[in-house]
Amino acid sequence: MLTSWFILLVSLGYLCLLFAIAYYGDKRADEGRSFAGNPYIYTLSIAVFCTSWTFYGSVGRAATDGIGFLPVYLGPTLTFALWWFVLHKIIRITKAHNITSIADFISSRYGKSNLLSGLVTVIAVVGIMPYISLQLKAVSTSFAVLLQYQDVVAPNGANDLSALSSLLTFSEVPILRDTAFLVTLVLAIFSILFGTRHIDASERHEGMVLAIAFESVIKLLAFLAVGVFVTYGLYDGFGDLFSRAREVPEMNPLFGQGTASGYGEWVTTTILSMAAVICLPRQFQVTVVENVDEGHLRKAVWLFPLYLLIINIFVLPIALSGVMMFSPSAGNLADMFVLTIPLAENQGTLALFAFIGGLSAASGMVIVATIALSTMVCNDLIMPVLLRIKRLRLNERGDLTRLLLGIRRGSILVILFFSYSYFRFIGESYTLTSIGLVSFAAAAQFAPAIAGGIFWKGGTRKGALTGLVLGFIVWAYTLLMPSFSRSGWLPIEFVEFGPAGIELLKPYALFGLEGFDVLSHALFWSMLANVGGYVAVSLLSRQNALERIQAALFVDVFLHSGLRDGHQLWRGTATYSDLYDLVSRFVGERRSLRAFQSYARSRGLDLMRIGEADSDLVNFAERLLAGTIGAATARALIGTVVKGEIVSIEEVMEVLGEASQAIKYSHQLEEKSRELEAATAELRAANERLQELDRLKDDFLTTVSHELRTPLTSIRSFSEILFDHPKLDNDERTRFLGIVIKESERLTRLINQILDMAKLESGRTHWNITDVDAREAIREAVAATSSLIAEDKIDLSLRLPDDLRPIRADQDRFIQVIVNLLANAVKSCNAADPRVEVRVVAQDGGLKVSIADNGPGVPAGSEEHIFDKFQQVNDGRAGATGGTGLGLPICRQIVEYLGGEIWLERSDTHDAEAIAAGSSSSSDSSGPAVSPLPGFSTDEDEAAFDGGGAVFSFTLPYGNARQDHQSGLTQADSASETEPQTNRHERPGISVGSD
Amino acid sequence: MTYSVLVVDDEPNIVLSLEFLMTQLGLDVRVARDGETALDEIGRLPPDLVLLDVMLPKCDGYEVCRKIRANPRLNRIKVVMLTAKGRDAERERGLAAGADDYITKPFSTREINERVSLYLEEKSATCSN
Repeated sequence: MLTSWFILLVSLGYLCLLFAIAYYGDKRADEGRSFAGNPYIYTLSIAVFCTSWTFYGSVGRAATDGIGFLPVYLGPTLTFALWWFVLHKIIRITKAHNITSIADFISSRYGKSNLLSGLVTVIAVVGIMPYISLQLKAVSTSFAVLLQYQDVVAPNGANDLSALSSLLTFSEVPILRDTAFLVTLVLAIFSILFGTRHIDASERHEGMVLAIAFESVIKLLAFLAVGVFVTYGLYDGFGDLFSRAREVPEMNPLFGQGTASGYGEWVTTTILSMAAVICLPRQFQVTVVENVDEGHLRKAVWLFPLYLLIINIFVLPIALSGVMMFSPSAGNLADMFVLTIPLAENQGTLALFAFIGGLSAASGMVIVATIALSTMVCNDLIMPVLLRIKRLRLNERGDLTRLLLGIRRGSILVILFFSYSYFRFIGESYTLTSIGLVSFAAAAQFAPAIAGGIFWKGGTRKGALTGLVLGFIVWAYTLLMPSFSRSGWLPIEFVEFGPAGIELLKPYALFGLEGFDVLSHALFWSMLANVGGYVAVSLLSRQNALERIQAALFVDVFLHSGLRDGHQLWRGTATYSDLYDLVSRFVGERRSLRAFQSYARSRGLDLMRIGEADSDLVNFAERLLAGTIGAATARALIGTVVKGEIVSIEEVMEVLGEASQAIKYSHQLEEKSRELEAATAELRAANERLQELDRLKDDFLTTVSHELRTPLTSIRSFSEILFDHPKLDNDERTRFLGIVIKESERLTRLINQILDMAKLESGRTHWNITDVDAREAIREAVAATSSLIAEDKIDLSLRLPDDLRPIRADQDRFIQVIVNLLANAVKSCNAADPRVEVRVVAQDGGLKVSIADNGPGVPAGSEEHIFDKFQQVNDGRAGATGGTGLGLPICRQIVEYLGGEIWLERSDTHDAEAIAAGSSSSSDSSGPAVSPLPGFSTDEDEAAFDGGGAVFSFTLPYGNARQDHQSGLTQADSASETEPQTNRHERPGISVGSD
Repeated sequence: MTYSVLVVDDEPNIVLSLEFLMTQLGLDVRVARDGETALDEIGRLPPDLVLLDVMLPKCDGYEVCRKIRANPRLNRIKVVMLTAKGRDAERERGLAAGADDYITKPFSTREINERVSLYLEEKSATCSN
């Protein structure tokens, strides 16, 4: 029924249809009506992930392993659903840098290194080649099964497949009669026609993508058709099928999570396929390079997982039904249940459709993978080498586009040829699934370099190289070499006992790590070596300027739109004609002219007039070149025509540091500005205080200078008068000289008091605190002022109680207070019978000392300021008597420091003559020039002196209230240090140190 | 003709020295110890010249000067301010109040003599015209 030529004809017919679709797609694109804007086509092309491995292999895996086939699809689902932002970032970067392949991507990130892109290409080719050959094998096997089922199986009874397996020894089939070879040839032609139409590898291959999307539809429909036939044709739906399978005891293990492996393999496979759906070159090609609109990713994010779900629905039913139908003869032909079930049920057409579905799955993968690999091989392996061979004089040749296309086409042929060879010689020993996972593991080696590259600026070229080399070596040792060993290329002892019998180096139990499945074991060691090498070497090595730039451009791709092409980072210049010549040789005359023209138009430039190309244009040219031959080679080529180099690493750090940390800085700035506001407020307050202090200082200086000038004026005047008038009579001369002397004394006193005041206010005064006998001290003070008192003929009376307790004070300072107050009283006494009384009263907490005079008193309104500096009451008191205006303020400073208080007790200005009569019973008579005054009151509690003048009083605490007093002292001490000028007028009574 | 001068200051010793100097110049000298007394004296018998201290009890020198200038009858009185405040701002304030001159303490007796002589000469010149 199904003859060889018929199947071949249908296959070729199908492939021709693909050609037509691809041609149509390209034609539409040329006409400007491309399908590029269609997100469904984009998503379906991503479904190239489902290869013949899915189509046939999943069923095979399920037949031995239950749902163990699932992780391969869980991984991509997770990646698309949860990690779409990784894809989004990769796509954005790829667009920004005109990246052509995964090798280009990695090399571009790490300073456009040719070595790195070459290495990635080698790993990709070595890792993917078995995968391509796997597809070829699937085509070949499926063809053989389809063709020979009737002849070989049917005679032995429809359910015995054992005879079939003997037919699948491909190595004995002559190559020219091998369908796989024919299919390979056709696919090579297809890839060449639709994969290398354009020289710009970063451009979309419209026709190819459309054809791939179509293939995704066909394979899905074919698989669903078989599934529906099995589930609803052979059985009564899922329930029926599963319950029937449940009745077969041998099949019970299939209902577990997967018998052949533990959960470890589930996790491993899921992780591997998560990485693979990004890192496999063909997936990178369709998902990233062929993407025209980032928005399409939004659709793919749910649509692609949905596709995976649908195509997997019938895997288990087909597998179970196949096992029930063919067991136990199925063996490794379980992979072919999709074909054998319809054949056994005589559904030839369905089987043929299923075969076409498998062909779709296989051919789609082969086409995309080959195109992706050929771009990498051409750009990253062959061209760099050719350009380096001086003998070829490539630099001098004109148009290189034909050479480039030729190399790509050649690469396609070579890759397919090697894949076919691989399949012929070792492909048989493995089932589809195992080969696929080996490839996945190879592709996963790119993951650290990519993930690190787009999220960590610290990753260096050396780190990426180290990681990839180590990972690749471990992968080859633990997965590739054992597969050679199993195929007989290497002695099987290598796997069993390790190389040269060294147990520790057994490829499936490296360094004694046993108990893992083969894949998990390989993944563990290769990733350990890869990630470890990458991170360690990255941390130890330094980036050069270009690496630093690229790192920032990749990691912060969403951040710097202005920095995207690194415009600011180039210093090199070249002539426009040099650049144009270079680009057109690789990109083609027409295309480069068009590109440069549109560039000029967008910037309003005239191409004819551009002599020296600026860094902007250099970058544009490099991007253009990169789209064709990859970033690394483009960089090298541009370097040959651009004079000058990239800026220094320090400058790069500076520019990038600013740009990339803008956000961080802005946060810091906000915080800083808040701090600044607070600081500003503080400063403003401090400034106001300072201004106030400055004003006070100015006032003080003005006042001081005024106070100093006044006595100085008299001194100068009389000195000059005496000098100019030598014939003055003697009396006058003596009088004038007396004035000069008195005013000099006043000046001296004033200066001393200013200094004393400053010292007291600054808190740097030394206080000699001892127990002071107030009576004795007051007598000393009176003695010191005796000349003043005698001069003005003042009646001074002292009223000192006999049993006074000592006070804690500085004796000299105490005397100074009394002297000042006495002098003050004496000066203001201008009455006919001037009298002054000093009186001490013992109170609860200490002594109260009052000094009264019978002068005119203090005028109303002046009481407030009487203790302020230079606030002499301008009634002629101070001015007329030579006061300094500092005596009272100094008294206040001292008294308050000693924990007491000073105040003006009475400022009456009424008639000084109205002194009441009385006795002076308790007055002390031992002082000099002292006599009891008639008219002083005897009442101890009242201010006895009713002379009508001013009464100044102050209090000081007792000495034997030692503790309290000490603490009071301490407090006062600290207070005088911090707030030396605090006005403490309000302090009531004797307050002992409470502020 | 004997010119009269009013010395206004609250410092007795300064008054004494100025009294001596003016007497030596042959002037008729009167004395006031505060602003109010000075104004009374001036109102009673306008002098030709006032030597006026700024910091005075009761009514300061600026005020006294302004009152003299506000009275047209007293317009021809020369006012020389004497002050221990030596800053430019005060000097301007004094001139703005209508003073003819402004001498800073401590002054030179010779300078005082020269200035006073000068003003009196001016005054006699304008009178003779």
